[in-house]
Amino acid sequence: MSHAVIADVPAPKEGCSERPVIRERGQREVFCGLTGIIWLHRKIQDAFFLIVGSRTCAHLMQSAAGVMIFAEPRFATAIIDERDLAGMADVNDELDRNVARLLERRPDINLLFLVGSCPSEVIKLDLSKAAERLSKNYAPDVRILNYSGSGIETTFTQGEDGCLASMVPELPTLPEGSDQSLMIVGCLADVVEDQFTRIFERMGLPTPVYLPMRDSNEMPPVGPDTRYLLAQPYLMDTARALEDRGAKRIPAPFPLGVEGTTGWLKAAANQWGIDQQTFDEVTASGRARAERALECYREQLAGKRIFFFPDSQLEVPLARFLSREMGMELIEVGTPYLHQQHLADELSMLPEDVQLSEGQDVEKQLDRCHAATPDLTVCGLGLANPLEAEGLATKWSIELLFTPTQGFDQAGDLAELFARPLVRRAKLKV
Amino acid sequence: MQLTVWTYEGPPHVGAMRIATALKDVHYVLHAPQGDTYADLLFTMIERRDHRPPVTYTTFQARDLGKDTAEIFRDAMLASYERFKPNAMLVGASCTAELIQDDPAGLAAASGIPVPIVPLELPSYQKKENWGAAETFYQLVRKLVRPAEEAAPREEGVRPRCNLLGPTALGFRHRDDVREITYLLDKLGIDVNVCAPLNATAEDIARLGEADFNVVMYPEIADTTARWLERNFKQPRTTIVPIGVGATRDFIHEVAELAGIDPAAALKELECRLPWYSRSIDSNYLTGKRVFIFADATHALAAARIASEELGYEVVGLGTYSREFARDVRAKAKDLGIEALITDDYLEVEQQVQDLQPELVLGTQMERHIAKRLGIACAVISAPVHVQDYPARTSPQMGFEGANVIFDDWVHPLMMGLEEHLLGMFREDFEFNDDAVPSHLAMHGETGPRVQAQPEKPDAAAADDKAPIIWEPDAEKELRKIPFFVRGKAKRNAEAFAAEKGLSQITVETLYDAKAHFGR
Ligand code: SF4
Ligand code: SF4
Repeated sequence: MSHAVIADVPAPKEGCSERPVIRERGQREVFCGLTGIIWLHRKIQDAFFLIVGSRTCAHLMQSAAGVMIFAEPRFATAIIDERDLAGMADVNDELDRNVARLLERRPDINLLFLVGSCPSEVIKLDLSKAAERLSKNYAPDVRILNYSGSGIETTFTQGEDGCLASMVPELPTLPEGSDQSLMIVGCLADVVEDQFTRIFERMGLPTPVYLPMRDSNEMPPVGPDTRYLLAQPYLMDTARALEDRGAKRIPAPFPLGVEGTTGWLKAAANQWGIDQQTFDEVTASGRARAERALECYREQLAGKRIFFFPDSQLEVPLARFLSREMGMELIEVGTPYLHQQHLADELSMLPEDVQLSEGQDVEKQLDRCHAATPDLTVCGLGLANPLEAEGLATKWSIELLFTPTQGFDQAGDLAELFARPLVRRAKLKV
Repeated sequence: MQLTVWTYEGPPHVGAMRIATALKDVHYVLHAPQGDTYADLLFTMIERRDHRPPVTYTTFQARDLGKDTAEIFRDAMLASYERFKPNAMLVGASCTAELIQDDPAGLAAASGIPVPIVPLELPSYQKKENWGAAETFYQLVRKLVRPAEEAAPREEGVRPRCNLLGPTALGFRHRDDVREITYLLDKLGIDVNVCAPLNATAEDIARLGEADFNVVMYPEIADTTARWLERNFKQPRTTIVPIGVGATRDFIHEVAELAGIDPAAALKELECRLPWYSRSIDSNYLTGKRVFIFADATHALAAARIASEELGYEVVGLGTYSREFARDVRAKAKDLGIEALITDDYLEVEQQVQDLQPELVLGTQMERHIAKRLGIACAVISAPVHVQDYPARTSPQMGFEGANVIFDDWVHPLMMGLEEHLLGMFREDFEFNDDAVPSHLAMHGETGPRVQAQPEKPDAAAADDKAPIIWEPDAEKELRKIPFFVRGKAKRNAEAFAAEKGLSQITVETLYDAKAHFGR
């Protein structure tokens, strides 16, 4: 696994990156990559996620997922205990035993992810070896992969990156000399995928394939003729793995808001040489609908000042959308990592004077937030209520990942997420 | 290695956080990776606290390993002292930091920070949340408590004083229990010297020795500390947890004895509605309702007594995840003629609920999931709980008002008496379908659509793995005419009866024979 690289190596400078960025090192108030399992386990319907970790990891999953789990989850934790650490039990045997128990209980599972955690990494438990060994036992019924969701290597949404990257070597090969194929990379709601598929087809593009796929038996093929669009900004390892297989990224902004969605679709259209008129014909009605939907919220959001704490890595595209389309004023846009290359289009659209920050020292950032008294603060679950209690309106960022927000027909929903805390405050007389 | 879907308890450092967050001026520096900051949301979201927990996480990363993690810890400690100026500090490691062995205790000792610092050794791969809370409280008290002066005999007219020990942040109704018990003690003529850790300061902890005795509200948290205080400060402690009418009365007598007062007048004045409500004829239909209980030891034991003695239910299952107190729960179960379930494996609990088919489940948030899935009525009686179990209104579990609250909460989820009869009588009525919920409960998210956990078709007797017992189609049809809330029991009884008689098939006759055999 190569996640450590993410934190260490500054991304290549490209595009407009001359803005000053606050880079801080202190307490971070961000979930670890395990959290991605909460949406991934619903997206890939025959997959199961087995975290190899501690009671803390299990407790994190349950606390972060608590409200959102209605059915039996397709994830679990194999909790390392003192017998494993003391060498009284062979950790690998224990893992094999747990996998056997799990697969016996869930015969519907076709794809099993062994997910590494801080403790498994610190004790140097090699999950890639384990996955290889177990794969031999369970092939062809169950495919077994591994990635890291540990807090020492990954933040929040990077868990999805790790998961998708681990699947890339498994994808079937798109035969050389095929027509160019379009791959959309990053979790999207099913309904959003279907909308995009319709738009691409109507423009005359190939029917896109999606990573992650809904069914592990339908892994999308990849090869030098693959052109891919990132649907999420936090997929560095996945992008690298796709490039290793010859695929090429179509540079684009992210499909949030009218402008982002248009730019994203247009980037693909250009790749296939679709003329402007066709593009306009296909997208006009969606754009118009989105414009109308945004109109309702512009009044509530325009001129309001917003502060982003780092969390989902969606901060930059969101800030771009809120400032350009909703007329909000950006105070600080914090993000765990600023990937200059993938965000190049986004950064070039941000206002000149925006304050970016990367990494975090939560106490210092709270000081800045207090001093700025924003109208709206985007932050994680640990900070939201305390800030509300101080009189600051907040939007908890995890909701942005659990709500379909991409594309024309979700643009209004996206704006509404930010308007609601303000509307609510205005309503309440208590 | 243990396979876990849900866990009843978090890691021990979360227990320590519950102590730190309960206190007013104590800060906790936790050596931990960034993901561990999720624990803040337990307090800010689930308990809806309006402040961040007083915890600084070092959030070291992989690239720091082997180089300067100890330095990161020291810096975080010094910076958080400067920023928060606490009157005492806790320092310790989470599971990951425990593995890298940076010695928070040594670093704290050398830090020069001018307030007491309590280093915590909480073995994460061995112990759990409640143990962590108990140990933290104990270490903190040992460090901060001042030696008591030789107590002069109490003067005439001075009220006896006690400490309330055990309530924490994120506790199940701790806030309301403290209020209720303080009220009750006041009625008895007893003052509270210090309540700890909830809302106490470091200085309050220092004053613990000034009380005449200790009230152990939650043994899981306070038992170790109270025993230590008993040995070192000659403070006797209570042994009865006042949850339920009988236990509250017993508690009053115990406290009166420790305080050397006569409780008669107060007992006459204090009122409780549960005894009358339970005796009123409307409650007749509650008789013998089959209830399954799973909780922390304190609440499980209390629930078993209340259910059997005060509501007239039949306790068919009793269990706890608090291994430290397993012995008491085993004894109570034995009294009730059943075997206790001691486990922290959610799947095992689920299996037992499924096998026992109770009419009411009293449990934690996890049992709420189980009950919902199986379509069984449920009330939550113990941590871990969810946001809806921190109600806006005051709703204690302890004392006489607590008993009133319990009466409401444990009767309310059930079908009302006459309604139950109507369903039995007119079950063919097309409007009485299987999804009928008690008419006083709206169909909101909480109740939700009933998920058919088991196949509608009766399956093989799950009890043993002998040859499966076959249900004849007619018997199956007949079974389906039985209202859903007793159907599980009827099915179970019929299968048990068939197994007992060595029958391989269940007919309509068998169904009714079983009914006659087992009674209602
Ligand atoms: S930060 Fe590490 S130890 Fe903590 S929950 Fe995440 S993976 Fe587990
Ligand atoms: S109607 Fe129901 S609740 Fe009312 S007295 Fe009759 S049985 Fe009891």
